[in-house]
Amino acid sequence: MSYLFRNFDKVMPFFWEHLSLTFTSLLIALCIALPLGFLTAKFRKLQTPITGVLGIIYTIPSMALYAALIPYTGLGTTTAMIGLVAYAQMILVRNIAAAIKGIDPMMIEAAKGMGMSKGQIVAKIELPLAVPVVIAGIRVATVSIISIGTVAAWIGAGGLGRLIYQGLNHDHTGKIVAGTVTIAILAIAADLLFRAIEKILSPRTH
Amino acid sequence: MGIVFNNVVKQYPNTASPAVDDVSLEIKEGEFIVFLGPSGCGKTTLLKMVNRLYDPTSGTISIDGVDIRHVQAEQLRRGIGYVIQQNGLFPHMTIEANIAVVPRLLNWDEAKIDKRIDELLELVHLDPKVFRKRRPSQLSGGQQQRVGIARALAADPKVMLMDEPFGAIDAITRSSLQEELQRIQRLTKKTILFVTHDVEEAFRLADRIIIMQAGKVVQFAAPYDILMQPANDFIRQLVGERDVYRKMGFLKVEDVYASGDEAAAASEGVSLNDDLKLVFNRMVEERVREYPVVDANNRRVGFVTMDLILTKLAN
Ligand SMILES: Nc1ncnc2c1ncn2[C@@H]1O[C@H](COP(=O)(O)OP(=O)(O)O)[C@@H](O)[C@H]1O
Ligand SMILES: [Mg+2]
Repeated sequence: MSYLFRNFDKVMPFFWEHLSLTFTSLLIALCIALPLGFLTAKFRKLQTPITGVLGIIYTIPSMALYAALIPYTGLGTTTAMIGLVAYAQMILVRNIAAAIKGIDPMMIEAAKGMGMSKGQIVAKIELPLAVPVVIAGIRVATVSIISIGTVAAWIGAGGLGRLIYQGLNHDHTGKIVAGTVTIAILAIAADLLFRAIEKILSPRTH
Repeated sequence: MGIVFNNVVKQYPNTASPAVDDVSLEIKEGEFIVFLGPSGCGKTTLLKMVNRLYDPTSGTISIDGVDIRHVQAEQLRRGIGYVIQQNGLFPHMTIEANIAVVPRLLNWDEAKIDKRIDELLELVHLDPKVFRKRRPSQLSGGQQQRVGIARALAADPKVMLMDEPFGAIDAITRSSLQEELQRIQRLTKKTILFVTHDVEEAFRLADRIIIMQAGKVVQFAAPYDILMQPANDFIRQLVGERDVYRKMGFLKVEDVYASGDEAAAASEGVSLNDDLKLVFNRMVEERVREYPVVDANNRRVGFVTMDLILTKLAN
């Protein structure tokens, strides 16, 4: 613990690296998951294949996935991100689909009956109503990305995982503890942040 | 002009018989029409064909002489008020945003929308200062349904479709909402198509009642005529022919009163719109056999006596 306080300036770069890796992966993951989730919710036929494939990816251990990717994409951040994005898909797609399917059909009927077009129903009714549930999915995905991101250090992606890696190699307990504690803080902070956003955006609570 | 149904049939895929079976109707402009019938008889289906949420399998519907198939569906719906049973308000929008939905779709300017929201909330007796910024979840069921009505009236449509709007509301609140709706209709002269399976509600609200059974219209007449000349046994049972007390609940003073000046002016008058059950109860309680009758403006128009009521019930 004392290592963390005495070497705060040395830990911070790892922290920022971890944060940017998480954030970038999350953004890319969302860009893929939003349309996938929407399609899964709207077209029953797509539900089984999409969730099936994502489910399989989700069950592959992260080290095994990285081992399989390295021959194609090499060591480094790109490979790390592909892995992180792939893991987040399962959580995000499932949540987005559930959020959209969970909307009361009466709501859609009322909107349609008042003369909204399909696009207006998506933009003004479905998306706003789905947002709180989607945020919950993003929260879980973010925490997962933060923790799996630790493993990404093994393939040269940097981040707090590297600090732990160094500590293991040099038998330096201080570094291991510093890395672990900082990751935990990051994960808890992300969780609290998204919980707060969820609360603000949820229509029924205020 | 009004609304005309011509041999309208709606058959859902993979069903044995049509949900709406060869319905032809002529509804006049400004009429309060109630569709009455048991659950599953096709009331909702018929209503939803008017704003093209469903299209008929065959037959045509026209509003003011225009076949609605020739109007773009969204365009048509923006010109028709639509109120559904419950959960119709959007929970993520404030009351004012809910009311503004159709005016915004029609690109009204914001100043006009703002004024209209106050106007409508006052019309349904909700204080704009209190309610504009609230969310639907912060309102009681009855208040929500008032907002539902205000929202449907927002862009001043000529036609209102209401599908069991008071179905999920307790009896006391329902009765005050019914009164409110009648007042609003008298004020705004909308053509209202109102669906219910509640016989009392139908008789209370309707200018004319359309009774449906298994997708067909079995009688289309004024409440009084349905009561006096039910078209078949099903309707006879529906209106409880043998239950005199219930029958009185469906008849109004205007159905029995006599014009003239005979009643003791000493007793307080009854109004044309009061039902006979109420008047009869008063007669028994006050041991009075006749009352003066007044119209909506409190002008004396005639009198009603116990004998007049008994004669009517004996018919
Ligand atoms: N979307 C639908 N698909 C298939 N059948 C339907 C559909 N909607 C209603 N029905 C059937 O059509 C009949 C009439 O339904 P509905 O119009 O909802 O009756 P009501 O409003 O009088 O209760 C019922 O038998 C119902 O099961
Ligand atoms: Mg119905």
